[in-house]
Amino acid sequence: MPLDNAPEGKRKFNVVGTRPLRPDGIDKVTGRAKFGADASAPGQLVGRILRSPHAHAIIRKIDTSKAEKLPGVKAVITRDDFPDHTGGSGGLYDTLCNVMAREKAFYEGHAVAAVAATSASIARQALKLIKVDYEVLPHVTDVDEAMKPGAPLLHKDMFTDGVDPKPKKPSNIARRFEFGHGDVEAGFKKADIIVERSFKTEAAHQGYIEPHAALASMGPDGSAELWCCTQGHYMVRDVCSQLLGIDIARLRVTQSEIGGGFGGKTTVFIEPVALALARKANRPVKVVMTREEVFKASGPTASTSIDIKIGVTKDGLITAADGVFRYQGGPFQGCSPAEFGAMSAFAQFHLDNVRAVAYDVVCNRPKTISYRAPGAPMANFAVESVIEELAHKLGMEPIDFRIKNAAREGTKSSYGPVYGPIGLGATLEAAKNHPHFKAPLGPNQGRGMAAGFWFNFGGQSCVTLNIPVDGSITVSVGSPDIGGSRAAMCMMVAEEMGIPYDHVRAIIADTSALGYNDVTDGSRTTFATGMACILAARDAIKKLCARAAATWGIPEDAVKWENGYAKPAGPNAGDFAPLSLKEIAEASPGTGGPIAGHHEFSADGAGVSFATHICDVEVDPETGRSSIVRYTVIQDAGKAVHPSYVEGQFQGGAVQGIGWALNEEYIYGKDGRLQNAGFLDYRIPVCSDLPMIDTQILEIPNPGHPYGVRGVGETSIVPPLAAIANAVANATGVRFTQIPLSPPRVLKGIEEAKKAGGRKAA
Amino acid sequence: MKYERPTTLKAAAQMLAKEKGKAFILAGGTDLLVRLRTGFIEPDLIVDIKDTAGARSIQKTASGFKIGAAVSGAELGENAALKKAWPGVVEAANLIGSKQVQGRCTMTGNLCNASPAADSVPALVAAGAKAVVVGPKGKRTLAVEDVPAGPGRTSLKKGEIIESLILPKRAPKSGDAYLRFIPRTEMDIAVVGVGVNLTLDGKGIVTKARVALGAVAPTVVLVPAAAKAIIGTKLDKAALDALAAACAAACNPIDDKRGTREFRIKVAGVLARRAARIAYKRAGGK
Amino acid sequence: MSGITVNTKINGDPVEFICEADETLLDVLRNRLGLTGAKEGCSTGDCGACSVTVDGRLTCSCLVLGAEAEGRDIGTIEGMAQGEHLHPLQSKFLEHAALQCGICTPGFLVAAKSLLDKNPDPTETEIRFGLAGNLCRCTGYDKIVRAVQDAAKEMRSAKAKSAKTKTAAKKRA
Repeated sequence: MPLDNAPEGKRKFNVVGTRPLRPDGIDKVTGRAKFGADASAPGQLVGRILRSPHAHAIIRKIDTSKAEKLPGVKAVITRDDFPDHTGGSGGLYDTLCNVMAREKAFYEGHAVAAVAATSASIARQALKLIKVDYEVLPHVTDVDEAMKPGAPLLHKDMFTDGVDPKPKKPSNIARRFEFGHGDVEAGFKKADIIVERSFKTEAAHQGYIEPHAALASMGPDGSAELWCCTQGHYMVRDVCSQLLGIDIARLRVTQSEIGGGFGGKTTVFIEPVALALARKANRPVKVVMTREEVFKASGPTASTSIDIKIGVTKDGLITAADGVFRYQGGPFQGCSPAEFGAMSAFAQFHLDNVRAVAYDVVCNRPKTISYRAPGAPMANFAVESVIEELAHKLGMEPIDFRIKNAAREGTKSSYGPVYGPIGLGATLEAAKNHPHFKAPLGPNQGRGMAAGFWFNFGGQSCVTLNIPVDGSITVSVGSPDIGGSRAAMCMMVAEEMGIPYDHVRAIIADTSALGYNDVTDGSRTTFATGMACILAARDAIKKLCARAAATWGIPEDAVKWENGYAKPAGPNAGDFAPLSLKEIAEASPGTGGPIAGHHEFSADGAGVSFATHICDVEVDPETGRSSIVRYTVIQDAGKAVHPSYVEGQFQGGAVQGIGWALNEEYIYGKDGRLQNAGFLDYRIPVCSDLPMIDTQILEIPNPGHPYGVRGVGETSIVPPLAAIANAVANATGVRFTQIPLSPPRVLKGIEEAKKAGGRKAA
Repeated sequence: MKYERPTTLKAAAQMLAKEKGKAFILAGGTDLLVRLRTGFIEPDLIVDIKDTAGARSIQKTASGFKIGAAVSGAELGENAALKKAWPGVVEAANLIGSKQVQGRCTMTGNLCNASPAADSVPALVAAGAKAVVVGPKGKRTLAVEDVPAGPGRTSLKKGEIIESLILPKRAPKSGDAYLRFIPRTEMDIAVVGVGVNLTLDGKGIVTKARVALGAVAPTVVLVPAAAKAIIGTKLDKAALDALAAACAAACNPIDDKRGTREFRIKVAGVLARRAARIAYKRAGGK
Repeated sequence: MSGITVNTKINGDPVEFICEADETLLDVLRNRLGLTGAKEGCSTGDCGACSVTVDGRLTCSCLVLGAEAEGRDIGTIEGMAQGEHLHPLQSKFLEHAALQCGICTPGFLVAAKSLLDKNPDPTETEIRFGLAGNLCRCTGYDKIVRAVQDAAKEMRSAKAKSAKTKTAAKKRA
């Protein structure tokens, strides 16, 4: 059966596009669902981690002797228990350095030792008995400061990559990237108006409600089991086994239900530590992070400093766009999403001349990891703020200015590829025609908008589909379900097989059951693993047809599958009553044994995604406090498999963006210590902060997927920062160039503008 | 660590006085357990006073209200008579934390925690509330503003426990209000808090007033100059300007993760105007 | 270390356990009694994932000592469904897709039930402030608020119906 990759935009779906209940629903509303910290094992110990109080320090000596003697302590580990199996460089070595500090502690909260004990209180006491001799070094936490000559240097051997000739002096700049086409200087010469501004954004944390948790068991023979909450248990297996120096096949990782990730659980932190403790104690060990540890020692996203320059003609055509994007990613190279920031920054425009230069910078902050559309929201904030300002200068409606310059099918994107069918124009037009766009505003209110982009990814997926004798179906996938994807998998299999949704059950299989599956990230799961489910179903259908063919004594290609039945393909094939899935399954023990479908591949063709957001903000002019009074998300989903969960992704991403725009930030003291490592002062939005979040799903099919599906999970966090900043600018007359728009910052801007007598930038 | 749940305050005071290690009183526990959990304190003894006589009751007496030390925020909010007489105090207490925290947190605990940002304290100070203290040497009564001695410190001596808070009897044509500034709508610690309590005469002129500020100095502060600014007025613009100026002048805040010094001073004045207007309306002023 | 023996009631059933003085009710529920429906998201009372009721009053179980449970009546998510019948809030959360990852869901359900027990007909604002102590990072709260509104509506109409039936039964008698 050939893979039909043609967009099936006009195809009539029976299951896809409906809103059935999710298969894991009952467990999750009754408290039965088992998350990371909910598992336990016989004889289990409590693991706890000692962390550096210093932002930057050489670890001279670690004395664990007193801790080891404390009754109830079964294992104490340090860097000495993690011999280097990685070859001493590269990303894997950095991961090793991050899970347990080696020569230096690079940030406050960096793990330096760990204990396993028979109770939490003994483990706590044991940590206090470990003596670490630090030589405290000067530190740097701000990206601009870190780039200055003479800044405290994190690595003596870091010579900026991507610069020709390679610098002779080390610095905190790990790498330079450049993207674009055309001639930017020539483009600016053609411009009538040029706006040039600098922006800063503070680091945000993914803020998942479930702290990292791992339950490890490992024998002296190197055989190990790990239960943990992760976005990718195959990644955890591969990384942990390499760090611990065991064969990959020795380690079996089972993914628990996961209490949110948003990119933050796409790497390892405590998993190798739990395994190393379990190995040393030869008993199961459970390690659960506290919320403080999550903020200080897991991976937030980058803080940034960005310069944008855009030129336009009088009639509103962009002649050139230029940007410099400086992202700090914590202490290790290659962690900041600077590259994605620069690539995505101008992706929503049709540009003849564009350049985006990015710098990946290291700082004494936790090692950053992906956060929903990594790198894009900050770049979008800077670019879409300048776009809004240009529109005002041109006297053009900002939406018309955006429509005029919007990327379309055939546009050479700012990061290289030429776009196929894309939904940007459709989201902009839908925004313009949306009732929200024309609704009247109240006093002290302003409306803002922004359009955003995300690449979306495909990647490796492996799926097995089993058909028991009653004709029901089990689908085993290896992609952790972080927001209802099991429902989508069941729906696509049901659609393909022509059977009801509730005859299919999807489970997340452990690492021993399937081939490698990439991490659930890049909005890939419903697209790539979903496509693998469709293809595994087609594989099973082929086998079902073969059984029917054998039963009827006709050639396999003379049988077709229709609405859950094998039928003779045409009048020449013979006159046989259709055989149902159930009938074929029932007979299977006697017709060749169990029937299963498989598919394993690396998916290409993830369609890019665009969204336009509209938002109304009311600003209290006396306190600088901003309230979101109305918010609308319009996004292209390609094809919405389960519209409720698509809407949920739109809403959730928008609200994370709202939090980042208004109040969320990493606040560092002069000592390089994080001041707000808790939900009290790291202020994620609460229910009463928000209005309903309206959504509009557009469906411009992705030609790379049999049903036209595009990833939807990430794009929704891209436009909010800019949309809100634009709304606040329109409400107050003051253009803010720093995120978050916290009340002290906004009030100060309003007061200064009052003194200066009008509009200004703050 | 030991946990005790005595049934009389006298027994509780004795336990506290006798303990050689670190002893703490548990009522609502919404601050204590956080400090315990984060390793900020390591108690040897915790004395739970919820079962002591009167700890969980609100009594309306001839001279006002007597509120037991372990009465929760939710219970305060459900007492119609108290809410009618002292709406500002009740709304301040009800702003502490979430509905979950309201089920446990107490005004006495809020006071003894001695945070300059405690929500109920400016309202209590503005109300002229008193604290009844039981100790090894008997009972004493002190003004609420005299309880906090600095951030995290109180003037209470070893073995002393606040038994109850006394709110005075309400004079006719009186009203109070509390407003705080937080970046979100809930779940935050006050960046600035203002409590205003006032009484009017028949013509709507303010005859008595008390104004207290939170989160702008090491302790909650009573600002007599702010009260003076509105006494004798109908809260006209000039009076409100003077009130705001007096509040700003009384501020001695710090820059921290929750707000800048500049911001706190400015917003103290803004909230004072708004709270005064609400209190005035509640007192029957127009 | 000597344990404290505590006699309490959980979801209507008598329960006896031994705990240390510094253990929270959340520790006891999760680690000693196997009731892992209440989640530990922060242990500082800021996220609401560990919400339970104590004597009918909503609280964070991370802010209650296990020893304090003596003689009390504790309600957890595990006691919300009646046999195989889900509570209307549980059904509506599923119907409205009011959960994505589901870690906050038990806390939200316990808090929402407590809200509707006191106020059967809340406004959207009352629901939003009533649930402000429960953090959800996935949904943006929209579908949660709608699910609570819908459950409240269904519970009101069920109550009205049963009142009607009772009156009718009385009339017949």
